[in-house]
Amino acid sequence: MDALLSGIELLARFDVVIALLIGSIGGVLIGAIPGVGPPVAIAILLPATFALDPLVGLTMLLGIYGSSMFGGALPAILINTPGTAVNALTTYDGHPMTQRGEALRALGLAYGASFVSGILSILALIFLAPVLARVAPMFGSREIFLAALLGIVLVVIAHRGQTFAAGMLAALGIFLGTVGLEPVRYTQRFTYGQDWLTGGFNLIVVVLGLFALSQAFLLLSEPDKSPEAQPVRGSMLKAVLEVFKFKRIAAAGSGFGVLMGMIPGVGEFTAQFLSYTYAQKTSKTPEMFGKGSPEGLVASESANNAVPAAAMIPLLALGIPGEALTAMMLSVFYVHNVIPGPGLFQNQLDFVYALYIAMILLNVIVIVFMLFSSNLILRVIRIPTRFLGLTILMLSFVGVYSLRNSMTDCLIAAVFGLFGLVLKRQNLPVVPIVLGMVLGGIMEVKLRSAMARVQSPIDFVDRPIAAGLAIAIVLLIGFHVWAVIREHRNALPEDAHDHDMHDTQQR
Amino acid sequence: MTRSRTFQDLFRRYRRPGDLVFASALFAFALFLVASIPSQTTWVDGVGLVAQPAFWPTVSVIALALFAGLHLFGALVSDRIPGRGAEVLAWARAAEFPVWFLAYVWIVPFLGYLPGSILFSCLLTLRLGYRGWRWMLVAALFAAAVVIVFKSLLQVRIPAGEIYSLLPPGDLRIFFMTRF
Repeated sequence: MDALLSGIELLARFDVVIALLIGSIGGVLIGAIPGVGPPVAIAILLPATFALDPLVGLTMLLGIYGSSMFGGALPAILINTPGTAVNALTTYDGHPMTQRGEALRALGLAYGASFVSGILSILALIFLAPVLARVAPMFGSREIFLAALLGIVLVVIAHRGQTFAAGMLAALGIFLGTVGLEPVRYTQRFTYGQDWLTGGFNLIVVVLGLFALSQAFLLLSEPDKSPEAQPVRGSMLKAVLEVFKFKRIAAAGSGFGVLMGMIPGVGEFTAQFLSYTYAQKTSKTPEMFGKGSPEGLVASESANNAVPAAAMIPLLALGIPGEALTAMMLSVFYVHNVIPGPGLFQNQLDFVYALYIAMILLNVIVIVFMLFSSNLILRVIRIPTRFLGLTILMLSFVGVYSLRNSMTDCLIAAVFGLFGLVLKRQNLPVVPIVLGMVLGGIMEVKLRSAMARVQSPIDFVDRPIAAGLAIAIVLLIGFHVWAVIREHRNALPEDAHDHDMHDTQQR
Repeated sequence: MTRSRTFQDLFRRYRRPGDLVFASALFAFALFLVASIPSQTTWVDGVGLVAQPAFWPTVSVIALALFAGLHLFGALVSDRIPGRGAEVLAWARAAEFPVWFLAYVWIVPFLGYLPGSILFSCLLTLRLGYRGWRWMLVAALFAAAVVIVFKSLLQVRIPAGEIYSLLPPGDLRIFFMTRF
């Protein structure tokens, strides 16, 4: 209780409140603009937050992360274009509702489901925090190594239909993290005698290239589009409150979101898949799913908005980011010498609580903002896509150049931007590279320290958590191979698949 | 981008034209890295395997080559999707914009952040096909807003442009150097 009160006290500062407002409302607008998305915004803002207090910087980034999905539902429902990657499933039932003349109802349900799941997930995690504080210290080097390995395995197998490519890109990320001067023996690794490679690849430069610049190049090189949508009329509050008619679906979606968010490498898509499947299987009208089912819409939006709070768990408790956004946030911790991990939960529980309370506040700010501003946001999303590309390009410059005023950094970011563009055009994921870079570094350090105390391979898994993680890795790989063989037997002909470009999973 | 045909399709991404070119390039890069392992890593005497500085890069490069090989094999045995040439051409055409970006990076230290940004924004707006004074005004205002938010207010580290040294010594020059 003391830690909770102390957490509230930490937040009672003018700069934190401003950061919360900028993050939450900015996040809604960023989420609403198709083609931007929270990874692009967070990548651009990351260097600017280094100068801020860690709580202020993290509150702003968490605001963007947690509120972007609210905004992303708006174009998904009204113009059939998801604002952020994780709103893709929202188009499935949201847009048919708009076509039926139920746009206000669909928006209200999406905002209501996002709000309910956001609050439920944070409350669950606040109550879970003392348990985590007890469990986290049981994670030694070998457990953290295995948890990071589990994250890599999951991020690879989660990309169904692209497993080899995801594995290749995760390995590329791990490789990129090893380039440069090795910090223990001071030997050069893959520097080819080039001074600019001695320092290795900076994570932020790579992230800005892969997420922000690649998106700018993609928008700049494609034909111009300017989304149009009809204004929404009626009482939004009444529409939002309708979500309470779907309490069971919203609660289940939040549960899936929390569980999947806590597991590194899984995230929103798996949570949505499970939540939507559950809602459809338990519905009295399963045939309506995909044709404008309110239950489907609530299932999708409740699952995705429960993930951000849960995704902070592996980051804060173990120092392991589970997806790209928390991987970026890890650098904010490092810059301020705050080391996330078991010690944080034991010694700075008030800081952890402060972050969760900030997330509750941002959900409240956002839902109040959304009650009045949907039509205002519609004006923002009309920005022509090529001009939007120009704006991302100029903002990316601030992100990359302000880091070290280095032309080399900009050149590296531009190369990764072009590489990211090719990946996006190939429907290949960017996230495994970033996770590979971050988790690869953690795995190398933890494996090295763990092996110093291990005599035989079996010693590595002689502790219950380590054994559990090792079994989970083996089972996951086994199940995945089995599923691939089964799918291969039932494979559809090549021309029955959708070979169009989908940038929604990489924004 | 189109709407997925089935719910399952929403969670999968299928191959695109040009996948063979991409897979071949990545595999060639992976082989180049494998060949570089002896010359670009060091094995230290008397140090355990996992503590070797070469251990982790070797593991990652071998994993990269293995997965890249499997990805290439998958592309080779799959049906060809029409449009490979057009796709590769689209990658090449997009390479114009990294050049624009680098030109922007190059001009800022000379022209200063504010003039450089306005010039870049207006020129690229013209290149993108937006015409008329309204678009020029929007582009210039956007560039000025970015500079004011990031440089003037947030004080991000962007060096003062050489052009500001042409201003008469005094407060005005310092003001421009530190704020714009």
